[in-house]
Amino acid sequence: MSIPFNFRLTDFPSEAETLRLEVREFLSTALVDVPKETRAETWYGADEGFSRKVGERGWIGLSWPTEFGGSGRSAMERYVVLEEMLTAGAPVGAHWIADRQSGPLIIRYGTSEQQEKILPGILKGETYFCIGMSEPDSGSDLAALRTKAEKKGEKYIVNGTKLWTSGAQRCQYMIALFRTSKEEDRHGGLTQFIVDLTLPGVTIRPIIDLAGRHHFNEVIFEDVEVPETMLIGKEGDGWNQVTAELALERSGPERYLSSYALLQELIKEFSERNDYEGVTEIGRQMAHLTTLRQMSVSVAGMLNDGDNPALEASVVKDLGAVFEQDLPNLAHRLMDLEPDSQGNDFQRYLAILTQISPSFSLRGGTREILRGIIARGLGLR
Amino acid sequence: MTNETSQLLYDTAEKLFSDHVTKNCIVDSEKGIWPDKLWTEVIDNGLNLVLVPEELGGVGGSWMNAGILFKAIGRYQAPIPLAENIISSYILGLAGIEQPDNSILTILNGAFFAESNLISGSSPRTPFSSYSSHGVLLFKDGSDLKIGLVELNKNNIKENNNMALESRGHIDLDKEPIIKSATVDCDSNLINKLGALMRSNQMAGALEAILTQSVRYANERIQFGRPIGKFQAIQQDLAVLSTHVAASSVAADYASSSMDKGNPDFAIAVAKSRIDDAVSVGAGIAHQVHGAIGFTYEHGLHFATRRLWSWRAEYGSGSEWAKLLGEKAISHGSEKFWPSITQGNLDL
Repeated sequence: MSIPFNFRLTDFPSEAETLRLEVREFLSTALVDVPKETRAETWYGADEGFSRKVGERGWIGLSWPTEFGGSGRSAMERYVVLEEMLTAGAPVGAHWIADRQSGPLIIRYGTSEQQEKILPGILKGETYFCIGMSEPDSGSDLAALRTKAEKKGEKYIVNGTKLWTSGAQRCQYMIALFRTSKEEDRHGGLTQFIVDLTLPGVTIRPIIDLAGRHHFNEVIFEDVEVPETMLIGKEGDGWNQVTAELALERSGPERYLSSYALLQELIKEFSERNDYEGVTEIGRQMAHLTTLRQMSVSVAGMLNDGDNPALEASVVKDLGAVFEQDLPNLAHRLMDLEPDSQGNDFQRYLAILTQISPSFSLRGGTREILRGIIARGLGLR
Repeated sequence: MTNETSQLLYDTAEKLFSDHVTKNCIVDSEKGIWPDKLWTEVIDNGLNLVLVPEELGGVGGSWMNAGILFKAIGRYQAPIPLAENIISSYILGLAGIEQPDNSILTILNGAFFAESNLISGSSPRTPFSSYSSHGVLLFKDGSDLKIGLVELNKNNIKENNNMALESRGHIDLDKEPIIKSATVDCDSNLINKLGALMRSNQMAGALEAILTQSVRYANERIQFGRPIGKFQAIQQDLAVLSTHVAASSVAADYASSSMDKGNPDFAIAVAKSRIDDAVSVGAGIAHQVHGAIGFTYEHGLHFATRRLWSWRAEYGSGSEWAKLLGEKAISHGSEKFWPSITQGNLDL
């Protein structure tokens, strides 16, 4: 057996470093009024006004080809924009999914009609997407999904329920994976659609999470008529299309920076008190963070070169989630301060991140699923 | 693999080590038998000169190239001072000192000073001291920092081993003559840093080896009627091991590449600290998967794991390097934390 991973180091080109300074400059004024709680949530924090400003700068669809209205810049430059936004605590949640995966999916598989209709709004930071994959009886076992789209003339009639749909309440569209043929054909019977969430028969119900926040939704489809022109890619190709999408979803800087605000706040506390008690632990976190960043950047480089780093992406996401989840516990061990949403900045960050950290190893593929993928790569399955 | 030189070095080391670094070779080395044939091949192929400029008869390679060899040493647990000789040749090169013919070099790491051209000081854990003819060291001469070359003789060495039974003698120099020396403008902590860089890469290689062995074993060992690798509990553990192996390789490359860019302080500290954590998790999983057989001397897993446990403590433990990172982060304040990571620089 040889090691199945190939993480080659990737350097940022000089134009990416120039862009980094522009983004920092922009954020130094754009974030003044954003509350701490929103900042702590990074890509789960949404502010439509902020998204429009980012769109105005041309930083949404940065790496999309210019023929689709993108800036045609490299994946490395896009990476810089993302990591600067996340570490600054910018509320990028509204446009995040559309920029990261829905737009690229439409560019890759969409019809020109779909592209002309939807892409301009994404680029302006005004059109938002959610992901319709999970269902009540289909979580990690995605291929067990049951929501049906039945062809009837020029339309598909959709019935079923999507669950844990983040941000659906503010999105115009969902990229949904529906079953278009009989259940025995687990993988081959799945098809992706672009679903306009304002269509009659679509009901979006909030699911409040343990921290009292409204991110999740249940999206119910009752005889929803989706025009066949909104099928994306090929009928029956949904599984393969989704798999390709997941490589984009699993390796980005959001997969290890979710608790970044807390780490920064911890350093701030130590600096202000001139306290070196937890110094070794801070250094260890710095070493882990830096290594994760090099790994994640390496995957961005592979994507930029047109490679398929699906396995490497799973490695980054698994290690990244462990890192993100350890931070609230570490912060608790090092500081004798209670998590308190009414307390000082550190306590407020600690309160929010302690509560939301269980989700880090669930969203975008659970820890167990990712490790199963890695084990297959190692030749164990 | 970044370029042709790397590929060539990788292939050469693979061929040489797979031919010569047999289990017997390692077992013999633990009994104090010098693997002469292996060493001769290594020297004949010029692998020790990877960092020496071409005009001086070397390969003229980069630190990324050298990293390929350091990792190969770890992957095969080659019981020879190749890494130490690569580093020593590099240090001598910094001072423009020519390497004596047929010498085996080692690195003296400790506080040394000179008085009227006689050198004193001690190097408590000197790698492969029992086989080395010469020592390379950094020393103070008045206010000057110098690189020097000394001849070693048995009277100066108190032999000792590390836990992996690699020679690590205590060397005391008491007003010994210097063969050659030159004043240099370099970091007084240079040897410790290069040592940490070298061991980080070797550990990344040894971690690859224990992953490979563990996966092979899990696919071969049958219990409950099937290979134990078919059980999810084992699969999940091996997946975790592999994530640490991947991280270690990246951290080691990051350190080597930062060395090539002339800005290695941050990256070396990151690598030694990150890989130390990988060793703690990784060696544990490898032994768990191997069960009792991996705990025997007969089985070869321990050649890698005992080295990992020794190497993680050499040239500063992970905690030592983490402490340096943490102190800088706290003293510079939270505003500079992220820029220091994006620039890979401790002192912005």
